[in-house]
Amino acid sequence: MILDVLQVSVARGKARVVRDLSVQAQPGELLGLIGPNGAGKTSLLRALCGLEPLASGRVTYGGRTLAEIGRRAGGRTLAYLAQGGRIHWPARVDQVVALGRLPHGAAQVDAAVFRAMAAADVMHLRDRAAGALSGGERARVLLARALAVEAPVLLADEPVAALDPYHQLQAMELLRDLARAGTNVVMVLHDLTLAARFCDRLALMTDGTLLAAGPPAEVLTPERVAKAYGVTVETGVREGERFVLPWRRCDATPPVPQELPRS
Amino acid sequence: MTARAHPGHAALVAALAVLVLALFAGSAAIGYSTLDISAALADLIAGRASLPALVLSELRLPRAILGATVGFSLGITGAALQGLMRNPLADPGVVGVSGAAALGAVVAFYFGLSASFALALPLGGLIGAGIATAFLLMLARRGVATATLILAGVALNSLTGALTALALNLAPSPYAALEVVFWLMGSLSDRSLVHVALALPFMIVGWGLVLATGPALDALTLGEDTATSLGFSLSRTRLLVVGGAAAAVGASVAVAGAIGFVGLVVPHLMRPLAGNRPGRLLLLSGLAGAALTLGADIAVRLIPTRPELKLGVVTAIIGAPFFLAMLRRLKVEGE
Repeated sequence: MILDVLQVSVARGKARVVRDLSVQAQPGELLGLIGPNGAGKTSLLRALCGLEPLASGRVTYGGRTLAEIGRRAGGRTLAYLAQGGRIHWPARVDQVVALGRLPHGAAQVDAAVFRAMAAADVMHLRDRAAGALSGGERARVLLARALAVEAPVLLADEPVAALDPYHQLQAMELLRDLARAGTNVVMVLHDLTLAARFCDRLALMTDGTLLAAGPPAEVLTPERVAKAYGVTVETGVREGERFVLPWRRCDATPPVPQELPRS
Repeated sequence: MTARAHPGHAALVAALAVLVLALFAGSAAIGYSTLDISAALADLIAGRASLPALVLSELRLPRAILGATVGFSLGITGAALQGLMRNPLADPGVVGVSGAAALGAVVAFYFGLSASFALALPLGGLIGAGIATAFLLMLARRGVATATLILAGVALNSLTGALTALALNLAPSPYAALEVVFWLMGSLSDRSLVHVALALPFMIVGWGLVLATGPALDALTLGEDTATSLGFSLSRTRLLVVGGAAAAVGASVAVAGAIGFVGLVVPHLMRPLAGNRPGRLLLLSGLAGAALTLGADIAVRLIPTRPELKLGVVTAIIGAPFFLAMLRRLKVEGE
């Protein structure tokens, strides 16, 4: 299902936090939404879910707006994973994941719930109370909850921010595989190497507008990263994949070169 | 920690329903005069206006029906409000309707309306609750945030509490003030089937509205944004919960006075049995509220004090220590 964002603006108070932004996300594609804090990534993602009203522009899923799709069907069309989500009552993990089945009828622990728990590596937690999870475990349970919707579009706001390196890689592989299998995945992330390695396309936002969009190698040039984030990067290639390592603030005074001890 | 497996929901509902029925029968059987309950029932069904039949229909049945329905209202609305706010401190009082209902009744009492017309008290209470409900629904329809809505309810409760205190302050005689205070403590004694007829329609509507929000309250476990993304309308859910709570609690306070504690505590006691699912909690909490209120009202009549203990006093005296003892095991999650 094609997600088409056409000249969208989002207002917060008098300020426009997203301005005339257009981008398209194709099924089978993992689209990474990157940019510095306050660039408007979360506002854009929330606007895509209908959580923020559009000041102007149009968002369509397979040619139809959310209003045309309808509230209940909208719940099956897109799955939204909020940033740093919380679980307010200490329900059992499988019951929490099953909440993703609500748009399909009832919150039953069905096959889709088991598929989601297996994919997010939380199967071993399924009998635990949500209150007894660590931050990373909770993030994976919430990812499983979003997967359980089995929607054609997944919008995830920093799904890997709370995860350790092992589970970050695992979650990125999972999201990429999900995209390969036909789901349209849009995710916000800050880790430039993960963005470069796993996303099919990147949309780099600054100050509410799109600075660049395209394949990671085209978007994550040192000049663009410096312009968007104000940092220099070290880049390299390992096992045929590119890594992008933020190194120094552009406005920082360069350190005095130190003599290396000779052995 | 592993969450305990919870027994089947249907079995729990059935067990609680049986408990409520047993306590209902107990409530009808217990009173200050001995009553041959089977003879009374036979007379009542046969339409014979014998003394036992009158005692049953005019005194015992209204009391038992109100005990069950008022308790159910407090339990179910407490659970719904805690689910809506995702806050374990919410209780039916926070929407402000109980304070307004109490004020309405006190005004009716204060101006002597109740002396000339017995139903002035519950009618005054219903009018007070109705005004407060209209105010809250107006706010909810404008789409204000849940926290704003609840703060408006808290402010409403303070205002009506202050006005009630003003009425007491200016009471023409200490006896009038004492009567008002006693009424405010909540009681089910000397209520008639007319009281039941006045309150029950509002309560049933309120229960229906609140029960319709079960899946939305489940979804709210994940926060308002995620619940919205799952296809639930927040404004509709707020409207149903606040409107339903206002109708059920307003009617309860109008006929029974303010019965504290049930709406706050019962959801906590039942939440582990509902597997921490707010939607499942609604019916369980309503039934448990009915059982607790019926039980407390039986205790009121078994404890021979003069004047009779007030129901609100007993629910708090039974409930509070029990709640304190349970607190360590409940692991209340709070912010």
